[in-house]
Amino acid sequence: MLILIQQLLNGLTTGTLFALIAIGYTMVYGIIELINFAHGDLFMLGSFLALSIVSSLGLENAGTGGAVLGVILTFLCSMGFCAGLNFIQDFVVYRPLRNAPKLTPLVSAIGVSFVFMGLGQIWKGVADINFPDVIPNRNLLPTESLRFTAKDLLVILVTVPLMAGLTLFVRFTKLGKAMRATAQNPTAARLMGIDVDRVIGWTFAIGGLLAGAASVIYGLTINTVSFQMGYQNGLYAFTAAVLGGIGNLPGAMLGGIVIGLVRSLGSQYVGEQWTSALVFAILILLLVFRPSGLLGARTREKV
Amino acid sequence: MKISSLRFFATLLLLPACFGLAAGQDSNVIKIVSSLPRTGSARGQTDTIVNGIVMAIEEANHRVGAITIQYEDLDDATAAAGQWTAEKEAANADQAIKDPDVMVYIGTYNSGAAKVSMPKLNQAGILMISPANTWPGLTKPGKGDPGEPEKYRPSGKINYVRCVPADDIQGVVSADWAKKLGLLKVFILDDREVYGKGIADLFQAHAEEIGLKVLGHEGIDAQAQEFKPLMTKIKAAGPQLIYFGGTTQTKAGQLVKDMLAVGLDAKFMCPDGCFEDAFIDSAGADNLQDRALVTFGGLPPERLTGKGAAFVANYQKKYGKIPEGYAVYGYECGKTALEAIRRAGKKDRDAVRAAGLTIKNFDGALGRWSFDKNGDTTLRTMSGNTVKAGKFVFMAVLGED
Repeated sequence: MLILIQQLLNGLTTGTLFALIAIGYTMVYGIIELINFAHGDLFMLGSFLALSIVSSLGLENAGTGGAVLGVILTFLCSMGFCAGLNFIQDFVVYRPLRNAPKLTPLVSAIGVSFVFMGLGQIWKGVADINFPDVIPNRNLLPTESLRFTAKDLLVILVTVPLMAGLTLFVRFTKLGKAMRATAQNPTAARLMGIDVDRVIGWTFAIGGLLAGAASVIYGLTINTVSFQMGYQNGLYAFTAAVLGGIGNLPGAMLGGIVIGLVRSLGSQYVGEQWTSALVFAILILLLVFRPSGLLGARTREKV
Repeated sequence: MKISSLRFFATLLLLPACFGLAAGQDSNVIKIVSSLPRTGSARGQTDTIVNGIVMAIEEANHRVGAITIQYEDLDDATAAAGQWTAEKEAANADQAIKDPDVMVYIGTYNSGAAKVSMPKLNQAGILMISPANTWPGLTKPGKGDPGEPEKYRPSGKINYVRCVPADDIQGVVSADWAKKLGLLKVFILDDREVYGKGIADLFQAHAEEIGLKVLGHEGIDAQAQEFKPLMTKIKAAGPQLIYFGGTTQTKAGQLVKDMLAVGLDAKFMCPDGCFEDAFIDSAGADNLQDRALVTFGGLPPERLTGKGAAFVANYQKKYGKIPEGYAVYGYECGKTALEAIRRAGKKDRDAVRAAGLTIKNFDGALGRWSFDKNGDTTLRTMSGNTVKAGKFVFMAVLGED
């Protein structure tokens, strides 16, 4: 029983991480119907920046106060960096292609993904790099048979407010309203006086912001970064977005958590080597019986 | 202007062709090539192997009798893959075969790569000497998969020898070592690759034979980013030791981190694929402190005696640092190549190949050893190492009882 709870906890923490990246995919898709393949690699670059900051500040040897401040600084830098980079990416690559056929920006996204990967490779090399252990691995629960560490707490403390904040932002602010309007019908939104390009730019920036947060959490909790990590995590996050219903924010969050749980429970009860296969088998089954995903609305035919 | 520059370029184009022809016709030049992963995380190891080869050739002043020795260092890895690729290894073998001066091919580092180039080089009759391949099936009948090693020898002759003991020895002595250390309950993991799964299976077979309790054996997905669920499951089984058949490149470092992350306090044993500084870099020195148990097919540099100790001293003088574990094997392979050429006494691929296999009681840096009828070294000495303060530290000599 304890094992089951432990694996649920494991799944929940990695799942929320996937969810945070998945939001970036799903927001961009929701608004311009582009699957931004470079998103995973943006996440990788964010974690590289975090690694540079953490090691140059020497955070693993700083006291508790220093470490807390340093981690907050790292979060701000990586989030700002990823948000800015994603915004620039939209401005330079996707904006000129706004009226091009759908395949053109899609192929460009694959190209950007390779460019980012190449940059990462030049920046930090090809080997796996150890990310310094800043957050202690101490168990916060009194019993040793169930573990919930400071690292797990960090994941929850950062992801939950971010997701809640995003949901409120999209629902209640003016910009959020503009985003929903643009997602529904860009032409009508433009006719209503919404600056569509600006709204799309903001969407990219917010997606990047979350990827930046995810990248720091990843470094601090998984403790290994490499230039290829964007590909694998991006694939899972994209799967999470599709599983939840692409274009749907709560769907991406749910999809991420489902994937995290399938991985941890699959490893416990089926076998470690089957976990990836299991994730995609579930995706296929779901798409057969519910093509729009767990929470996705039925797609309207756009004219 | 236009014509003269055209002529200039034409001459430029022709120049190397002239040299190429001249070199091709020179019967007094023999070329040794090596094919190792020179890009990616194995780079640290292969740098020192290449240094070892270069030292062996330089000590002979690039000459064997009247023959001049040239050396070329080929890369079988790509930056994009971060490790060896079958395409690159095949291309290296083809390049060696097409160059009539190439008589000896030193390589490969990865057993999987050897499977690609062995049949090609066998048909061309080029002597292949490996400093690092440990998959038993490459040479030993009945120790590998069905059809091995015959499928690497389409010509029917043997052209492949290795200076490093194979995994049928390493897997066995690892299990013995675990028992000697009192680690009786073990969980086995492997990376589902030729080398990793092979050695993990051999470890398991011997562990069960000598009465260790094997709690389970699972394959991991080397592309996965973290293994906390797996480690949670293993923790419940309560092992004293986790044995991982795999390499630095297949996530050995991450396994150690996740083992600690779930609060599993056990030792972590892995084979020579992790005996490199890159393993310590990726796992974090603190995490490995007194926890990692790494076996290696031979003695670590600081334990070598006689010619081996002289090699380590010369290496330090020349390159300013202590060689990594495989450097001495690079050196020994270089020496073996020169010895084969000396015994053949002429520039002929088949003569050099046949001469290489006759090397017996060779007094080298690793001690006195011979090649047996399969092309394996008769050396059986292994060492067990741990990590202290971010460095590998020798613990015990294995397999000598």
